[in-house]
Amino acid sequence: MQSDDLRRRAHHALDAVLDPELDEPITDLGFVHSLDADDTGRITVHLRLPTSFCSPNFAYLMASDAKDVLSALPGAAAVTVVLDDHHDSDVINRGLAADAGFRGTFGPEAEQDLEELRAVFRRKAHAAAMERALTRLLRTRPGLTDEGLYDVVLGDLPDDDTTRALLRRRAALGLDPRPTAPVLVDDHGERPRPEDVPLRLRFARATRISIEGNAHFCRGLLRTRYPDEATDHQSLAPHREAVS
Amino acid sequence: MYAKDGETYFVVDAHIALWDARPENQLNIHGKQFIDCFYDYHRNLSPESEVWPYEEYLYYGSERLMKDLFAEGHVDHAIFQPALLSAFYRTGFGQTEEAFALAEQHPDKLTYNHCWDPRHEQAGLDQLRRDAERFHLKGVKLYTAEWQGDSRGYKLDDPWSYRYLETAQELGIKNIHIHKGPTIRPLDRDAFDVADVDKVATDFTDLNFVVEHCGLPRLEDFCWIATQEPNVHAGLAVAMPFIHTRPRYFAQIIAELLYWVGEDRIQFSSDYALWTPRWLVERFVDFQIPEDMDDYAPLTVAQKKKILGLNAAAMYDIPVPAECAVTEPAAV
Repeated sequence: MQSDDLRRRAHHALDAVLDPELDEPITDLGFVHSLDADDTGRITVHLRLPTSFCSPNFAYLMASDAKDVLSALPGAAAVTVVLDDHHDSDVINRGLAADAGFRGTFGPEAEQDLEELRAVFRRKAHAAAMERALTRLLRTRPGLTDEGLYDVVLGDLPDDDTTRALLRRRAALGLDPRPTAPVLVDDHGERPRPEDVPLRLRFARATRISIEGNAHFCRGLLRTRYPDEATDHQSLAPHREAVS
Repeated sequence: MYAKDGETYFVVDAHIALWDARPENQLNIHGKQFIDCFYDYHRNLSPESEVWPYEEYLYYGSERLMKDLFAEGHVDHAIFQPALLSAFYRTGFGQTEEAFALAEQHPDKLTYNHCWDPRHEQAGLDQLRRDAERFHLKGVKLYTAEWQGDSRGYKLDDPWSYRYLETAQELGIKNIHIHKGPTIRPLDRDAFDVADVDKVATDFTDLNFVVEHCGLPRLEDFCWIATQEPNVHAGLAVAMPFIHTRPRYFAQIIAELLYWVGEDRIQFSSDYALWTPRWLVERFVDFQIPEDMDDYAPLTVAQKKKILGLNAAAMYDIPVPAECAVTEPAAV
């Protein structure tokens, strides 16, 4: 069926929408409550979040990103994204329906669009990915000290998911992807002074712990809030299998 | 007081509430959404045996509060940190009169902190002077995501906010508890960002700034500013119950706070009635950093004593029996 194919592609497209704060896809987090597509190309998505009081700016960001990726799909004729059970559901859903943008949706409450907010969380996601890669390297190389991380370059990292995740975060910030590029850098790609390396690593660790803790808390709250409903994985499982 | 293995712990619960979220006090749907969000926090992070029925959670009253904290909860002294949420509840969320009356009745056990909202401008400043006298204020609780009219939050470095902090300093209200929420103005910024705390902590060095839930969900930003500002403290509201659901994550939070902030600037709280203190106190006294997390040093008894009560007692001049002290007193 045409609609099944569109639905599969729609779900795949939503995998690219991240919760910027948690740095994970909304499909993995269970934020996609339902996804429907019909033969006329109409797609309807309902999103739901762990609490009614999740930050409205992040809620808007994920919902509008979802609408953008779905609208870009070949064969998508009309896309409706609905945010359920949020304190700003009415405002956000009106804004999404009208393609009003963030400022158009929130009026005087918003001074700018959300690019700076996005950038803040891209930087945090990079710090966390960098810490994961370096801490793992410390564990696998007994002689390596925190101070020694100053000299570690991308080419020293193993070719695996952790390194690939770091490379994606670096690309998002426009940082040097070459194997000779140093790994431990700040948000602008600059190396700290050698004596500041342990502190920088430590700060990146606090960032990683914070993000991971928040992600776990949000998943738990979502389960507590919607205990009787299938999770996103379950409700979409047949379609997932069809994809793989 | 709580005694275990020959050690006696003086317990200060630095963040408690007496709220009324019953339907008759809800002004609108947001009143229900807010307490439902709290109840999900409560259900999600409490051990099953400690989960309350929803009806009791809406309103529990003075008597139950006294029982949960002092009769059963090992708490020696507790501090009210009210959120008014006047846009959601008719008589407010935190029940000012009932809580203050209780504190008047038990001054040895309870301290009442009040709150202000800088968007009330001059009228609010005048009210603050009256409140300081009536409530004998030593501290205030500021919820920066409070909704008011068209505005859904403020920052601590807004011009009127500065005037309130100046007045607090003049009136001897030294302890400013800060609670970040999901909304501020403008909405395009990260509402949980703590950069404004950094600014006011630099400009008001006589005041203590206790950042509740230790900056979570921005632990790293909080830790960073706390290393720069000696008058910034970590409140453990909301972080504590992870001791049950995610002990390894809790270990990381505590270890990071000890590294960045230090053992003299961390305060225990149950965030009652989000959670009840008894199990949190007992678990914390028994808690240890898991052995395989060898980046982190084990927690000492002295550190636990400071966090559980001595730090907040020093901040609020609460007398501590000699047997509960550590050799080196907590400094504020």
